Amino acid sequence: MNQCDWQGATARIPWRPALSFSSSPFVTILHFLYKIMAVHGPFVKIHPVVLASIVDSYERRNEGASRVIGTLLGTADKHSVEVTNCFSVPHNESEDEVAVDMEFAKNMYELHKKVSPSEVIIGWYATGYDITEHSVLIHEYYSREAPNPIHMTVDTALQSNKMNIRAYVSSQMGVPGKTVGVMFTPLTIKYIYYDTERIGVDLLQRTRASPSRTNGLTTDLAQVASAAGHVQEMLSTMLSYIEDVLSGKVMADNSVGRYLMDLVNKVPKITAEDFESMLNSNINDLLMVTYLANLTQAQIALNEKLVVL
Amino acid sequence: ENLPFFITCLVVLKIIKHYQEEGQGSEVVQGVLLGLVVEDRLEITNCFPFPQHTEDDVDFDEVQYQMEMMRSLRHVNIDHLHVGWYQSTYYGSFVSRALLDSQFSYQHAIEESVVLIYDPIKTAQGSLCLKAYRLTPKLMEICKEKDFSPEALKKACIGYEHMLEEVPIVIKNSHLINVLLLDLQEKSTVADKPELLNLSSSNHLEKSLQLLMDRVDGMSQEIVKYNTYCRNLTKQQQQKQQYLQRRQQENTQRQSRGEPPLPEEDINKMFKPPQAPPRMDTLLIAGQVNNYCQNIKAFTSQNLGKLFMAEALQGHSS
Repeated sequence: MNQCDWQGATARIPWRPALSFSSSPFVTILHFLYKIMAVHGPFVKIHPVVLASIVDSYERRNEGASRVIGTLLGTADKHSVEVTNCFSVPHNESEDEVAVDMEFAKNMYELHKKVSPSEVIIGWYATGYDITEHSVLIHEYYSREAPNPIHMTVDTALQSNKMNIRAYVSSQMGVPGKTVGVMFTPLTIKYIYYDTERIGVDLLQRTRASPSRTNGLTTDLAQVASAAGHVQEMLSTMLSYIEDVLSGKVMADNSVGRYLMDLVNKVPKITAEDFESMLNSNINDLLMVTYLANLTQAQIALNEKLVVL
Repeated sequence: ENLPFFITCLVVLKIIKHYQEEGQGSEVVQGVLLGLVVEDRLEITNCFPFPQHTEDDVDFDEVQYQMEMMRSLRHVNIDHLHVGWYQSTYYGSFVSRALLDSQFSYQHAIEESVVLIYDPIKTAQGSLCLKAYRLTPKLMEICKEKDFSPEALKKACIGYEHMLEEVPIVIKNSHLINVLLLDLQEKSTVADKPELLNLSSSNHLEKSLQLLMDRVDGMSQEIVKYNTYCRNLTKQQQQKQQYLQRRQQENTQRQSRGEPPLPEEDINKMFKPPQAPPRMDTLLIAGQVNNYCQNIKAFTSQNLGKLFMAEALQGHSS
C-alpha cells in the first residue's frame, strides 16, 4: 500500500497554543493552508452504491442507537481514493464508552474479499453531523487496519435540510514531545459513476416524481421517446434563450454563441442521395433481421405443435 | 395473479456494481437476493454477491459462505430471508438447465421467489434492463416429478412459452433515499451521455444473430433426433405386426397338420422399444430461441425509431 504523499504537508504545521490569535501572520498562513487543503487536497471518489448502503443501514439501526458506523472498502492510489463498497458494523455507544464489534468487521471483510479481492479497507463511515470523541477512538482502531484511513460522515438526520456528506483524514497535531492531538482535515468529495451505474441512477431518480415513490421499468420504444423528449426540452430552452438575445432582452454572450455554432455544424452535412442510401440500407438490415426473428419464432411454434400430435 | 414486486435502489446499484467490477465478457455473475414477503407480495431489500468459481478455490464451500454472510447480515438487522437470486446475462442467453434447477429449488422452498436477470450490455445502451422470472406452476409440477419424457410433457401441455413467466418489477424507495438521490443529482458533475440515441446497431445485431444461429443449429439437431426416434418406433411397430402375423400363420399351419401350436412368446421382450429422447432440452432451446427473437425485435424497433428521427433531422437541415 502506498503511503499518500500529502500526509507530510499537514504534519509540517506546528500549533502553538500560547500564541495569541488576533493579529499574527501565522493565523493567515494557517487559514490559507486550510483553504488549499480543502480544495487541492486529494480526492475521495465515492460511488452511489456506498451512500445508498449507508442510508439503508441507518434506516435499519437498532432502537436507541443514534448513529451507525461501518467500514469503507475500495482502492487507493497516489492521488485519490476510490470508495466502492461498504458494510455496517454493529456498535454500542453511550456517554462514556464505545464498543465496536471488531470480530464482525474482520469476518465481513474476509467474506467480501472472496468476491472482490482487489478491495481493501480504506476507512470507515458514521452517520451524523459531528465528529465526536468516540470517533477519534474508532478512527484509531481503523488506523491499525489501513494506512491513513478516511473518515466519512453522512448527515442522515438532515440537520441542515440537506444530506451533508463529508470526508476527513486525520493528522497529528501538537507539540512534539508533549500531548499530541488529532485533527480531522476535510477532503474534497467527487461522485463517480460507472456508465451503467449512471444509467441505473437516472432511472432511480424517477421515483422522486411519483407520489407512491414507485417506478416501473419502461418498454423499449417508450425509452427512445423519452430520450427524444429530453433533447426536445433542451432545444426549446436554447431557442427561448436565442429569441431573448435577438429581441435584446438578454445580453449576447460570445462563448454561448460559439457553442451554438458548434452545435449547428455538428449535424453532418451529407448529400441527399448518400443519406437516402445509408438510411435505406440500415432500415433494410433491421427489417430483414426482424423478418428472420419472426420466421424463427413461427418455426419453433410449429415444431411445438407437431411434436404434440 | 402476477403482482409486481418491489425492489429498492440499493439492490439495483449493488447488482450493477457487481457485474461492472467482477464480470468480464460472457462470464455470468451471480448472487443472492434478500428480502421479505409482505402480504403475499415480495419485497427485495438487499443482496450479496457470490464469488466467481476459480480453479484454485476447489475447497471453497458455497454453502458455508452463504451461511456466514446471512448470519452476519442478521446482526445488522438486514432481512435474511433468501427470496431469490440474480444473474447477469450475455445478450439474453440464460434459459438453461442450470437456471431451471436453481430456480426450482428456490421456488420449492419459497413460493414467490424470483430470479432477476440483469443485462449489462443492454443497460450500457441506454436504459436499465432488469427482468424477473418465475417458473410457471405447470413447470414446477413437472420438475417435481422429474419426468421429462415426451408423454409427460404432452399430458401437461407445456410449450416453451409456458416455462418461465415474467414478473413486473417496481422500484420503491424510502424518503431518505429520495433525499440522497436529490443530493446526488445536484452535486453530480457527470454530463448526460445520450447512449440511448446512439445510431450504430450492426455490432449488437451481429452478436445476437450469431447466438441465435447457434441455438437454431442445436434445435435442428434435437429435431433430427426426435424424428429418428419416431421413425424407429413406427418401424418397430411394423416389425411387431409382421412377427405376430407370421406366428399366427405358423400356428394355423401347425393346427392343420395336427401339431401343437408354438408357445406364445412375450413380444415386448423381443422388441425392446427405442429410448425416447428427453424433451426438456428441446424445450429449453426453444425457450432460449424465443427469448433471443424477442430481444432482437425490441432492439430493431428502437433502432428504426432512431433512424426515422435522424431522417427528420436531415430533412430539416438540407
